[in-house]
Amino acid sequence: MRFAISLLLVLAIASIIGTVLKQNEPYPNYLFEFGTYWFDMFRTLGLFDVYHSLWFLVILLFLVISTSFCIIRLSPIMLKEMKSYRERSTLSSLRHFRFRQELVTSLAPEQSVRLMDKVLAGYGYKSRTQIRKTGQLLAAKRGSWNRLGYILTHSAIVIICIGGLIDGNIPLKVDQFLGYKRIETRDMPESQVPSVSRLGSNNLSFRGDVTIPEGSSADVIFLNVANGYLVQELPFIVSVKKFIVKYYSTGQPRLFASDLVIQDKKTGKSKSVRLEVNHPLTMDGVDIYQASFGDGGSHLHFLVWPLTGASTLTTPLDGIVKHHEPMTINGHPYAIEFDDFRKFNVEDLSQGVVKAPSSFMQNILSVFSPAAHKDQELRNVGPSVQFKIRNAQGEAREYLNYMLPITLGGHSYFLTGMRDNPGASYQYIRLPLDDNGNVNSFMQLRAHLDDPSAANGIASRFAKKALAGIPNMQAMKPKLAQISESVLALFRQGGYNALAGFISKDVPQNEQENAAQTYLKVLQGTALEALNEVIPPGTPIKDKASFVRDSLNAMNDSFLYGPPVYLQLQSFKPVMATGLQMTRAPGKYLVYFGSLCLVLGIFAMFYIRERRVFVYASSDGKVLFAMSSSRQTLDFELEFKKLSNIISKAFADNKEL
Amino acid sequence: MELVHESKPALLRELRLGDWGYALVWLLGCLYTLDKFGAGMNVYSKGILCAASLGFIALGWFWKPFRLMCVITAVLSLFAIYEYHGQIASAEQELWLKYLLGSQTAIMWMSFLFVLATLIYWVALLGRSEFAGKFASVLTWCAVVMGLVGMLTRWYVSYLMGPDIGHIPISNLYEVFILFSFMTALFYLYYEDRYESYQMGAFVLLVIAAAIGFLLWYTFDRHANGIEPLVPALQSYWMKIHVPANFVGYGSFSLSAMLGVAYLLKSKGILADRLPDLVMLDDVMYKSIAIGFLFFTIATILGALWAAQAWGGYWSWDPKETWALIVWLNYAAWLHMRLVKGVRGPILAWWSIGGLMVTTFAFLGVNMFLSGLHSYGKL
Repeated sequence: MRFAISLLLVLAIASIIGTVLKQNEPYPNYLFEFGTYWFDMFRTLGLFDVYHSLWFLVILLFLVISTSFCIIRLSPIMLKEMKSYRERSTLSSLRHFRFRQELVTSLAPEQSVRLMDKVLAGYGYKSRTQIRKTGQLLAAKRGSWNRLGYILTHSAIVIICIGGLIDGNIPLKVDQFLGYKRIETRDMPESQVPSVSRLGSNNLSFRGDVTIPEGSSADVIFLNVANGYLVQELPFIVSVKKFIVKYYSTGQPRLFASDLVIQDKKTGKSKSVRLEVNHPLTMDGVDIYQASFGDGGSHLHFLVWPLTGASTLTTPLDGIVKHHEPMTINGHPYAIEFDDFRKFNVEDLSQGVVKAPSSFMQNILSVFSPAAHKDQELRNVGPSVQFKIRNAQGEAREYLNYMLPITLGGHSYFLTGMRDNPGASYQYIRLPLDDNGNVNSFMQLRAHLDDPSAANGIASRFAKKALAGIPNMQAMKPKLAQISESVLALFRQGGYNALAGFISKDVPQNEQENAAQTYLKVLQGTALEALNEVIPPGTPIKDKASFVRDSLNAMNDSFLYGPPVYLQLQSFKPVMATGLQMTRAPGKYLVYFGSLCLVLGIFAMFYIRERRVFVYASSDGKVLFAMSSSRQTLDFELEFKKLSNIISKAFADNKEL
Repeated sequence: MELVHESKPALLRELRLGDWGYALVWLLGCLYTLDKFGAGMNVYSKGILCAASLGFIALGWFWKPFRLMCVITAVLSLFAIYEYHGQIASAEQELWLKYLLGSQTAIMWMSFLFVLATLIYWVALLGRSEFAGKFASVLTWCAVVMGLVGMLTRWYVSYLMGPDIGHIPISNLYEVFILFSFMTALFYLYYEDRYESYQMGAFVLLVIAAAIGFLLWYTFDRHANGIEPLVPALQSYWMKIHVPANFVGYGSFSLSAMLGVAYLLKSKGILADRLPDLVMLDDVMYKSIAIGFLFFTIATILGALWAAQAWGGYWSWDPKETWALIVWLNYAAWLHMRLVKGVRGPILAWWSIGGLMVTTFAFLGVNMFLSGLHSYGKL
């Protein structure tokens, strides 16, 4: 038993590792977090999937074996004890009981024993009588089922573990170990996966996932194993008609459901069903669950705006989520990979920034777990699209664009986020919109400022207007125009950084701060002039000064944005995909049966108390009443007192017969 | 020959008129509910309602003061629900609701009464005053009633927010802390009644007061007291049994840990002449862990059944599940030590205090530090 308890403790500690270290993440994530040395170490120890590692299963197996031995060894003894009345107890041994009482009666021994038999029977005791030379012994017991508790609880642990081991893919582990099955790590169409990585539909137990777009079907699922997967064939074909999300009035999701048609491969019969979270479906012994959702290839239509040069000429672009499109930007070839589209984005705007929408994995969590925090300002900010732009060298940047204007601090913007590695958070550029919610004004202004041939004209007009009405400053006009033009040229080349570089190089240190202020004012004034020149009459922009500031910020940020294009999402046709989890777990019936045994056993162990009562009536009229229990608690003391009073009273009431 | 003996008074024969009346009230309430709301309930909900009614009848027969509590709670809750007149805004307008029985108000009263009771239990302990002990006990009873009234009206109010939003208020951290508080208090009151000792209250109520402290912080700092609709994964009848069963476990384990503290103090000679016998503390500690362990086992199994329905597997090694297993193993070892090895004394007291640490981590720590499927009660 000590061995078993030590194993239990090792199991508990091993389990802790699995909760602290995130399990079953993609290997690169671990590599990134721990470095090569620890990654190799952890992988060798199987810490990325503790609960299925060989050593964990071996401990479980040992636990099963050791507990089984315990049961085999102790059960016969327990059963014997259960049946036994211990009627061989001698008078001298009874005299050593801690709880005993001696009485004197005028009744004959057989009468005393009969009286006691009746009294004790009234309290649920069963008894045996034995006739001795010097009198009679009544041996009674109650609560023998207590011992069954031991057998039940320990068997339960064995049964549950066996059930768990059956469902824990032991046969697959063996096949893998012997080389009959191999994990596939390559990314390829399902039909090309070789048979060594495929499992037949007669597989005893499995648990895997598949994502099926609306209007498509699947007859396999994927089992994630270590850093790859296996293909599990199904005895039926699942077709997805529609994926449904419904929301509460508060914006939280209320329902995730899929309308499916399932066709049995053998009989060819098909049936239509609706699958919901918490309402799984069983088909040919396979349980089907609504587990997640995502995009299943939505059709997207974009307008591509240039972010450099004097042109505002847009080109249309069509894309499908999970597909990629070639594209030429400024003469260089690129590929645009459309990763994800989300129709609704409930975001917390209380911090003034938008967080990245959740990945597919997090969508799974949003099916399973609760909505966000209470003290947040949750708002649906409308559709978003996530895509990558990859250059000819294979380097990619990831973008996140929101379709609808987002109001921050009283002004409307188009938000576009960029990041250059998947682990980073998005850096957002805010493209200011005019009061019609149009990005055209900003684009016109940007093109005008980016046009070197227009700079001279803007600068001189700016200088003229700035100095108009100040008679003694008219001589400054050419000087101001020159400053304006060169500030604009610097900004065009490298944004605020270029300006700062120029100031720190060419301006004496003690004047730098003043110069920076002045240059910024000139830049903003020049840009305001440019704005007034390009925007078509009638375009409402209430706060031109802040529009210009926002525009300059956006232009400045676009230097780090990557390929200089902005993809404005114009329209879409959503196609959802549903994420189904399918399991076959025959071990569960064993586990449930074991659980029932466990509860009954624990109940029997704690709440059925074994008590034994012995009454020895000697021929000389002395009666010895003794009581024992496997567990001597306070309650037992009270019970002894109560029972001994009852017995005294019974003898007192029956002095003569 | 005729032996004179009054045979065993069977359970039924010990029942008085009050017990039958109590049972009748429960059954009538149950039938009325089935009649009026049966159309909106599925077979599981009906089953849970009937089983719960029978369970509460049995509990009232087994422990008499429970009957009175049920009756008072029912009367106050029904009155509060009547006062709502079908409108949430009534909580601010009707005097009874605003100052006593409205969902939030009742929970505030519960908090206040628990803290007050804690103080008075300490007065009773230090001043060796039986009167103060009795007074604290009454306050604790009142706190439990207010907590229950608050929860029941909250349940009703959630339906006022919208028929599809309504649900039993045990779905987030705020609600389960209330559940924890009155559940632990009820267990304590039972032992207080059975052992006729008020001294344990000073310790047990401390852990409840700590829970109240958290509840108040959560209410006023995090504004987490609003009723939120249920996410799809929680829309299941399993929640009604899984969560309360778990909190019987958590409550009992906390209670035993606080008795462990009392045990250690007494065995070190601190407050020795004011605390109850070591044997008694040890006995209550054992009983509390035993009932907690039984219910915790049931709760974990119910959780596995639910997981099989919602997550696609009865066991996913999700952090919460794994920590539940660790808690279970811990108390299984504790019980083994005591029952099989016959260990007694300070070791078990220390162990049950350690057990509370493990339990607290499983209850709160997992939500705070580890992410997983079970993240319903995020901090």
